[in-house]
Amino acid sequence: MPRAGGPPLIEFKGVSKVFGSGPAAVPALNAVDLSIDRGEFVAIMGPSGSGKSTAMNILGCLDAPTSGTYRFMGVDVGRLNRHQRTLLRRRYLGFVFQGFNLLARTSAVENVELPLVYRGTPTTARRRLAREVLARVGLEGREDHTPGELSGGQQQRVAIARAIVTDPAVLLADEPTGNLDSRMSLEIMNLLGRLNREQGITVVMVTHEPDMAAHARRIIRFVDGRIDSDASSERAA
Amino acid sequence: MLVEAVKLALQAIRRNALRSFLTVLGIIIGVGAVIGMVTIGNGTTARITADLAKLGTNLLFVLPGQVGPGRASSDAKPFNNRDIEVMRAQLTGVQAVAPVAQKSVPVIYGTENRNTVVTGTDSGYFVVQNWALARGRGFHEGEERAGRAACIVGQTVRETLFGRTDPIGETIRVHNVSCEVIGLLEAKGQSSFGTDLDDTVLMPLRAFQRRIAGNMDIARVYVSARNGVDTAKVQTGIERLLRERRNITPGKEDDFSVRDMKQVVQATAGATAVLTGLLGAVAAVSLLVGGIGIMNIMLVSVTERTREIGIRLAIGALEEQVLMQFLVEAVVLSLFGGILGIALGLGLAIVTTAALNVPFLVDPFIILVAFGFSAVVGILFGYIPAHRAAHLDPIQALRHE
Ligand SMILES: Nc1ncnc2c1ncn2[C@@H]1O[C@H](COP(=O)(O)OP(=O)(O)O)[C@@H](O)[C@H]1O
Ligand SMILES: [Mg+2]
Repeated sequence: MPRAGGPPLIEFKGVSKVFGSGPAAVPALNAVDLSIDRGEFVAIMGPSGSGKSTAMNILGCLDAPTSGTYRFMGVDVGRLNRHQRTLLRRRYLGFVFQGFNLLARTSAVENVELPLVYRGTPTTARRRLAREVLARVGLEGREDHTPGELSGGQQQRVAIARAIVTDPAVLLADEPTGNLDSRMSLEIMNLLGRLNREQGITVVMVTHEPDMAAHARRIIRFVDGRIDSDASSERAA
Repeated sequence: MLVEAVKLALQAIRRNALRSFLTVLGIIIGVGAVIGMVTIGNGTTARITADLAKLGTNLLFVLPGQVGPGRASSDAKPFNNRDIEVMRAQLTGVQAVAPVAQKSVPVIYGTENRNTVVTGTDSGYFVVQNWALARGRGFHEGEERAGRAACIVGQTVRETLFGRTDPIGETIRVHNVSCEVIGLLEAKGQSSFGTDLDDTVLMPLRAFQRRIAGNMDIARVYVSARNGVDTAKVQTGIERLLRERRNITPGKEDDFSVRDMKQVVQATAGATAVLTGLLGAVAAVSLLVGGIGIMNIMLVSVTERTREIGIRLAIGALEEQVLMQFLVEAVVLSLFGGILGIALGLGLAIVTTAALNVPFLVDPFIILVAFGFSAVVGILFGYIPAHRAAHLDPIQALRHE
């Protein structure tokens, strides 16, 4: 993928995060430096409690670092207020969670429409877009099923559809296959790989499983709130 | 966005239908009480006003004795025929004076029989009561003076005794006295106190005194003031005259009372207003309790839906959008209570006004006010829960189970 020049898409400079204060303080991230460019497919690995989710939350502008700076597209996110961070999230970021986090008793198409509702997209345009995206993730014909009527893999695909319906620059997925069996996991990884290749969406994904990480072109390993290793593999290229 | 919020609110309310209903019960009762009372009050006021017009606003009642708390009136002597003559001769500003002596007696026609209040009076009665004849004629002066038994009957008496027969010229027996029916009164309906005004038989005073009552007593006197004359002035005139006639020395209390019908009616209307005010206070407390109920349930709802709120915030809902959603839900909930309350109040009013025999008058303004109040309660008491929802930390909220 050609470099667009200018600042990297994502840039951590000495990012630290400490939860709590005083003797009860828990350091979750310790002076992390990291930069991710447009079009990358990055897997973040590491033992439990090593700070992966904390890093993802900061990346996703859901949380702010205790110290250090996080620049997204060159903008210092630490200087934005909650409202501005929400607007940034809305425009550029899509989230996929381990537990799917779909609205219960709400149809697949309505779940996918949800981000568009908050952007004020008119109903008909919204419905059309949501159906299009559901078709793209292979859920044609399941639009009116509620999460309860879908398999785990299908639910996660609905969640991915919801994340990409706004055409985000970055897709953040925290253990997206954590609740899925290996066959469904593979489907999801193939889908993420395709979105990355065909639509140029930057994908940052946390995973425990080396099989899944192998789908990425770059693997960052966290240990105790630090980056232990950062390696590119050309396997998926 | 507002449409979406209303849709979501309706969805949330439908999912917890019973809980939502119980939540708004306070609002339903509060609004129902207001709507019910105001509607019933309007009907009563309209009825009183209509009665006032029927009676004429210029009517004075003169009764022997002092009526009121702690006053014995049994020893006061009734009025007599001479009192009436003097009042007619000497009072100024008076349109008419009518003596009234009454007794409840059986009235018989053929095989039909009815207990009715018979009133001994004279032609002044039609003027003060503003009561016209439907058919026949009034009393001749000759009949009045000679004490001939001639009767004028009300519509209820006509119906029960005569059915389809024309009563004029027929003879009825009133307490064993034979009496020719010379007139039929127009229908008047019920009094404010629910008595049937048409269940009556009128007879010349003298005939009544001699042949039915057996004494010359007059129980009360109706006096109507002339148009444009202040009833208070007439009242003073009556008081001065009667004190003199009844030999009441200066400084002593009257042994009779003069009451202005207008004041009686206004006092009744005043009592209704006080009652309405009291129920308004009850309703306000109900609304407050209802509002707290809504706040409570919305707080529960926010806690229950923490994860959902987290999802919404994470995928790009602005704080104000989440705030709006929950506020709209609270308002929809309380409006729903308001609508049910309005329905309840109107239902209550329909039943009550029918029972009280007063008109059922819906005031659109008060319904609008009830609607507005419900909305305001929703906004006021929904704000804190909505604010709490909007300010949740999405990370924490998503982790919530
Ligand atoms: N909200 C929080 N409050 C306190 N400690 C936290 C919080 N979130 C994470 N931590 C702590 O920070 C460390 C890193 O957590 P996390 O980023 O969730 O790890 P991972 O996702 O790699 O398992 C852990 O020790 C965890 O207990
Ligand atoms: Mg984690």
